Amino acid sequence: MTRAVLALGLVFLWAPVALMAVFAFSDARQPFVWGGFSWRWFAALADNPRMQEAALLSLGIAAGAATLAVLAGGALGWVLARHGAFRGRMVFGALAAAPLVLPEVVTGLSLLLLFVALERATGWPEGRGVLTILLAHASLGAAYVAVVVQARLAGLGRMLEDAAADLGAAPATILRTITLPLIAPSLLAGWGLAFMLSLDDVVLASFTGGPGATTLPVLLFSQMRMGPTPEANALALILLLIAALVGAVALLLRR
Amino acid sequence: MIRTGAAGWLALLVAAPLLVVLLVAFAVPHDGLPPFLLPWLTDAPNESWSLLTADGFFLGALMRSLWLALLTAALCVALSYPMALGILRAVPRARPWLVGVCVLPFAIGFVLRMGAWIGLLRDSGLVNRALMAAGIIIDPLPMLHAWPALMAGMLHSYLPFALLPLYAALAARDRAPEEAAADLGAAPFTVFRTVTLPASAAAAGAAFLLVFIPAAGEFVVPELLGPPDALLAGRAIWQEFFQSRDWPLAAAASVALLGVLLAPIMLWQRLERR
Repeated sequence: MTRAVLALGLVFLWAPVALMAVFAFSDARQPFVWGGFSWRWFAALADNPRMQEAALLSLGIAAGAATLAVLAGGALGWVLARHGAFRGRMVFGALAAAPLVLPEVVTGLSLLLLFVALERATGWPEGRGVLTILLAHASLGAAYVAVVVQARLAGLGRMLEDAAADLGAAPATILRTITLPLIAPSLLAGWGLAFMLSLDDVVLASFTGGPGATTLPVLLFSQMRMGPTPEANALALILLLIAALVGAVALLLRR
Repeated sequence: MIRTGAAGWLALLVAAPLLVVLLVAFAVPHDGLPPFLLPWLTDAPNESWSLLTADGFFLGALMRSLWLALLTAALCVALSYPMALGILRAVPRARPWLVGVCVLPFAIGFVLRMGAWIGLLRDSGLVNRALMAAGIIIDPLPMLHAWPALMAGMLHSYLPFALLPLYAALAARDRAPEEAAADLGAAPFTVFRTVTLPASAAAAGAAFLLVFIPAAGEFVVPELLGPPDALLAGRAIWQEFFQSRDWPLAAAASVALLGVLLAPIMLWQRLERR
């Protein structure tokens, strides 16, 4: 029974994606119509500066946001796992986890209003654009990194850190030589998660972005409102292959 | 020092935005940039809250959103249980690969996936053309911009949020009670109902809420696949902000949505801390 449902679920998840991959090679102008084999939509993608610009911008924002998210989220997770019961811990924990569940429109609107208020009060950040999108994505990503890091630290226990402290290591030394190497895999996984979240976001980028900063998902969303395109199918296949490659390498390296 | 920095991060990027949105919810719309005046800078009364409750417009959107979120979360959990148990029946070496196959479709991004559903379900889409070519229907079925298409899109978007935590919880569970129940002659479904389900109820509850809460404010999926007349909370907030440029009303609607979701959010945080 469970295997039948698993198979059914996989068909549901894969059917639209697999069809996109197949029809990426169709010569027809209308997507999801077979018009003979062709590479033309990959060539069209290679010759589409708007799409490439948006993709480069998105990759840059995702890399920056993920890096910031690892720094902030790593600190959040470490504090939650290792600082015991400090004053305000309940509020700290609730705020650290809040971005995981808050509806995107609420997060997007509230961050935009914060940036507007900050600009009025201090002159920073100047207008909305790449920086504000990056901060919004980092705030979401940090919540995910914090969960991964906290779970890893809780699973490891404190034995090694306590041993180092007993042998006279200073707290900063323990953090640098024991804790950081132990949570490095979680930080890497968290970076990847934050990177993917940023690359897949429409709502936060629409609220906190400006006219000069159109990310790839925002561009694709405005195109999809007009209907799918064969170029989108070609893009989907490329992304699928990259993800499959990265995923397979990650799974093989685990062992 | 690190704790102070982390607390500062949360204060600036999580707490402050929520306080600002609460403040703007009581502001008054105004021509200019930003398009509102804070309550103490004007004598004009705030009308956002009376606008929200005056007619059934926003209340209806809120109820529809909660209904859609409830249905999405219930379907996600109902599908995730057998899928996670199915993965766990494979040999241990194959399990991470099966999980990978389940999440790989998400790598192309949800905008492109929703685009694929449009391409399949619209009047000139693949499904209608196939059905017409087979002679089953004469005129295309209006499947896109309808509730079933919306449900398919929501399920397709939110399934991993339920599948992954439920899989993790079920993978870490103690198998001995289930084996004992089976040894004593309980049928597989009885084992699931009386042993597996109660033991994983907290994880299932957390997974349900992890889908329910964000789904209640979902904007993109209803916009692309849903019926045009089905106004949902996320769409109402988006339209007030981007089209009507009534920022106080958008903020008030956000606060109202948050207010409704506060109890589920607190319940989720409690389940996560267990």
